[in-house]
Amino acid sequence: MSDIAQGGAVRTVASVPIWRDGLVAAAAWLVAAAVSVATPDVVPWGSTQLWAEILTGGAVLLLVLSGTVQWLGRVGRVIVHYGPWLIALGVWFAVWEVVTAKTGWLPKPFFSPPQGLLHVYLVDTTRLGLCVLFSLRLWAYGFGSGVIAGFLVGVALGWSKRFAYWGMPLLKLIGPVPATAWIPCMFFILPTTFSASVFLVALASGIPVAILTASGVGSVNRAYYDVARTLGASERFLVWKVAVPASLPHVFVGLFMGLYYSFAVLVVAEMLGAKYGLGWYLQFQTGYSAYANVYATLVIMALLTSGLVKLLFVTRDRMLSWQKGII
Amino acid sequence: MSAALKLADATRRSVALEVRGVSHAFDLGGKHLPVLDNIDLSVAPGEFVALLGPSGCGKSTLLRLVAGLEQPNTGTLLEDGAPILSPDPSRILVFQDPTLFPWRTVWKNVAVGLEARGLLPAQKQRVADALSLVRLEAFAHAYPHQLSGGMAQRAALARALVNDPHLLLLDEPLGKLDSLTRLAMQNELLSLWQKVGFTALLVTHDVEEALLLADRVIVLSDRPARIVTEFRIEQPRPRRRDDSDLVHLRQTILATLGPIHD
Repeated sequence: MSDIAQGGAVRTVASVPIWRDGLVAAAAWLVAAAVSVATPDVVPWGSTQLWAEILTGGAVLLLVLSGTVQWLGRVGRVIVHYGPWLIALGVWFAVWEVVTAKTGWLPKPFFSPPQGLLHVYLVDTTRLGLCVLFSLRLWAYGFGSGVIAGFLVGVALGWSKRFAYWGMPLLKLIGPVPATAWIPCMFFILPTTFSASVFLVALASGIPVAILTASGVGSVNRAYYDVARTLGASERFLVWKVAVPASLPHVFVGLFMGLYYSFAVLVVAEMLGAKYGLGWYLQFQTGYSAYANVYATLVIMALLTSGLVKLLFVTRDRMLSWQKGII
Repeated sequence: MSAALKLADATRRSVALEVRGVSHAFDLGGKHLPVLDNIDLSVAPGEFVALLGPSGCGKSTLLRLVAGLEQPNTGTLLEDGAPILSPDPSRILVFQDPTLFPWRTVWKNVAVGLEARGLLPAQKQRVADALSLVRLEAFAHAYPHQLSGGMAQRAALARALVNDPHLLLLDEPLGKLDSLTRLAMQNELLSLWQKVGFTALLVTHDVEEALLLADRVIVLSDRPARIVTEFRIEQPRPRRRDDSDLVHLRQTILATLGPIHD
């Protein structure tokens, strides 16, 4: 009790409040920078100097933030929240540096220090950028068409008994087959490898959307239809203004599943048939044992895919804001 | 106030309802379950009729038939002499649950009937009128999960009334409300009926509620429901719960319903 009171008193006495995690993080980043330049790399990686400068820049920024973060409002609170992560990051950079570049304990070519990745981004910028664009294009075509088709099929399956009679057995039979299993025949059946890849990504993302949409439409509270019918709703209104909005929570579950499947299939399809794209780049660089490039690509992929997942979360929260308090 | 009156003036219309020899049964897994047995019933335009009976006796089924949501096995239902073959916005059913669409705001819930019939762009004002009729203007942009039980049921009433129903079918609309809200809503329902002038058919298993509201109370038997007897209630409104005639009538009706009444 008295300890707490004392601690509080000490803090109010200080004229400038200090963000302690920021100071520790700055120190950790500075140590990582020092480790990077203190001894030469066991084998040359390039960009070691630049990496140390970036770390030092980060440390200086953290040092400045330690004294100013409380005036930054909402952004400042987010930064403070991630303080422990910033410390851990500095420690991780230092450890990573030591076990790879400085001691060679994790050897070249299978492992790479951070400056190895940095070097890849600097040297291969254009090709990596093109690969990102190609992957995004394939993903957008595949996921977009798959989701639209899957949603429409799902609505039809959930609404029309006749459509469900013919469609449901097919979906149940074909749905569980991994989309990648279609690769051998699809590359022959469809005219170009790009269209085959689009089809595979669409299949992977469309099937969970179709299944979840169908079950969502099928499980709508019957009373909603009764209410809408007594109010003069046509069949069309019942489908699009009652069944579809009521089943949206299910549809979004399908969208999340489809999103994850689409990434998996996209990379495999690119590894097998594409001339560009991140999957192709991984495959191509592995052939040259250029693992620094592989890790650099994995980092890009992590950022891209988690960004797209985040985007879907934001979309869902906006469209399903009416659910607050129900779930 | 003027808005509410405008709506009332525009809707001072009501219809006669005729139920002739209606019997109905459900097929439950091959088992034949009769629910309505030869129901004959006439409701005059503007009349308020309460259907009283033990729970599960088939009262709600009768309302669904009148709404046109289902067709009876035998017999006919007539609205102003015309057979009832499908749901129509002139006859609106209000359920025990408000069944508001949770993804729509209160305003959009009330607007649903006009929107479904393509009338909304020209008649937006009626949504506001209906909301003010049930005193929910301040909650126009709230979502259903933000409403209390009584407010949600008032929103459901507004959603019905915005369509100028000539016949309002009330399926235990106050059954799930707490007793205080229930008393307030009974008065509210009565004043809406007096203001708007629709024909009302109320299903309830609360004898007191039927006696306070209705011109005529029709007592149904246990399943399959038959009309056992009916009482005309002449007392002027607003009626008092402790009116000696009504208390006496209440005892008579409870005796008719027998020990199965809950």
